[in-house]
Amino acid sequence: MSMKQQYGQPKDNYHAKIIAKSTGIFIVCVILTLLCLVPIYILIVNSTHAHLDLAQNPSRFWFGKSLAANFKTLMNDLPADAGKSAKRVAAQYSSAFNVGRGYLNSLIIAGCTTGLTVFFSALTAYGLVVYDFKLNSAAYTFIIGVMMIPVQVSSAGFVAFMYNLKLINNFIPLIVPAIAAPAVIFFMVSYMKSSFPLDIVEASRIDGCGEFRTFLTIALPMMKPAIAVQAIFAFVANWNNYYTQNMILKNEKLATVPIMVSKVLGFDKNIDNGVNFLCVTLSILPIVVVYFILSKFIIAGVALGGVKE
Amino acid sequence: MASAAQRRIKAISYAKYGYMFIAPFFLVYCFFQIWPLIYTFILSFKGNQSSYADFVGLENYSTILFGKGSSAGAQATQQEFLKALGNTFILWFGNFIPQILLSLLLAVWFTDAKVKLPGKGFFKIVMYMPNIITAASVAALYVNLFGDSKYYFINGTLMNLGMEEPIKFISDPVVSKIMVMYIQTWLWFGNTMIMLMSGIMGINPSLFEAADIDGANSSQQFFKITLPLLQPIMVYTLVTSMIGGLQMFDLPYLYHNGANFSRDLETVAVYIYYSFNKGTVAQANYGYAGAASIIIFIITAILGSITFYMNRDKDAIAKKKQRKKAEKQMKAKMKQGGLTL
Repeated sequence: MSMKQQYGQPKDNYHAKIIAKSTGIFIVCVILTLLCLVPIYILIVNSTHAHLDLAQNPSRFWFGKSLAANFKTLMNDLPADAGKSAKRVAAQYSSAFNVGRGYLNSLIIAGCTTGLTVFFSALTAYGLVVYDFKLNSAAYTFIIGVMMIPVQVSSAGFVAFMYNLKLINNFIPLIVPAIAAPAVIFFMVSYMKSSFPLDIVEASRIDGCGEFRTFLTIALPMMKPAIAVQAIFAFVANWNNYYTQNMILKNEKLATVPIMVSKVLGFDKNIDNGVNFLCVTLSILPIVVVYFILSKFIIAGVALGGVKE
Repeated sequence: MASAAQRRIKAISYAKYGYMFIAPFFLVYCFFQIWPLIYTFILSFKGNQSSYADFVGLENYSTILFGKGSSAGAQATQQEFLKALGNTFILWFGNFIPQILLSLLLAVWFTDAKVKLPGKGFFKIVMYMPNIITAASVAALYVNLFGDSKYYFINGTLMNLGMEEPIKFISDPVVSKIMVMYIQTWLWFGNTMIMLMSGIMGINPSLFEAADIDGANSSQQFFKITLPLLQPIMVYTLVTSMIGGLQMFDLPYLYHNGANFSRDLETVAVYIYYSFNKGTVAQANYGYAGAASIIIFIITAILGSITFYMNRDKDAIAKKKQRKKAEKQMKAKMKQGGLTL
């Protein structure tokens, strides 16, 4: 039997095959990229058109000139001679979608929750990894066990309980529970187990450093990579959290960005499509911009989260 | 080597710090999670609206599951709940299947050393992007692009191109479900892809090299090496996605025309939310919401223990068994020989 019969043609058009395959994959990737980016692009384009222009032809692919006018409607900053219906539209949008206040409220909630989540998760993970105590493994098993319980399961009891405590329309029920984040603890424990030398704790003890100070000045700085990744995810998750925020915050003044977007969606009269698009753009843009700046960390973080164990 | 006495001293002196460090987590978790969960459980045995204080036993469960109950709308409540359960399943299934297939394909392509793909990093970044956008905003984005009438982008464009009637992307029961499945896939395929990629990159590359030398083609490599070794991460993805599917809320709740959510997209999470989110306990159906929540909890617990069972470290368990066996044998020997330590 000749070599040819046994092993097939020697690399016949092997390179051509690989180039063809790579090209096909590249085309699929370009299509998927367009599917991801085009909706955002169209959204931004449409927010620069006036309602009447969009009513004439909603199929717009290039920027218009009405961004400033839409923005003025949203801020309820109309010229004195504006018509009654325009004023009604402006009043409706500006009361439901108060941009500055929405950003501020979201920022307060997301900022505080992020700080609490990463600090206390690092603390708990440190306690579990460094100290050997009787309930250690039981506590860790508990944390892994409750990791997957969805919020929806306890939300009825949570809201009823918050009514009892008179904490509705208060940021406390949105911020304080962030101290307990089982998934983040799980991540930090595995990070510490793989890259935190316990000898360093012994050394600092010998040098007379207190336990809590060891955690603050030695362990915390050493866990920076894990903390950075988890901080980004915690921030995004809390910025985007519509479900809990909408249950607790009923007062218009406390509304966050997702709540405001949902209110704009609920309008059934005096709709201005240009301003609608502007509202959605304003709710999406900050997080997309931040994402593209931090994307490398985020992708690496997702990949790390995927490797369990 | 530290002697037993030394070890004991160390354990005594530092254990209390361990408890101190983990105490904040457990206090907050019990107050804001465990007690609400227990309270939900209690509420599921109590009446709805004005009769919220009465103990009704299992009536809420029998109402939402079997339509039997003393309240007038028992049948309607059961139908609504079962429809919500069905919708949840349909929407989850319809987004999970395309999502896992697409993500798996992309993950295999992106990790294939033979494929020369320019801009791989850029593609990954863009494909993950939808996942970080606020779900509420995503719903608003798609509602504003896919509106039912010719005054919205997609229908307007299609009608400019010669279509006669606008497609009811939002109000049609079937089309709106397909849209939600599509948007869910759009939101999550990047995330699943990156998780699967890290799983594939964890596979020993020499296996692929050996297969290459032995003449296995890419599909053989995929089915004989990648897929079997990816099983734990696939199970993990499947179960987290199922649990995520049970929680599906933002998108189905906000993908609607006008002021109210669409009944055709009502999922269990929407059902629970809509039942209790009408004010204080005396004003809303906390009983039904509680019963539905506990049913979801039980389903989640079953799914969670399946992953736990399938993903446990088999080597570690085998070793533990061996060690125990060895210990037993040692003890037996000591008894026989009358040895003491």
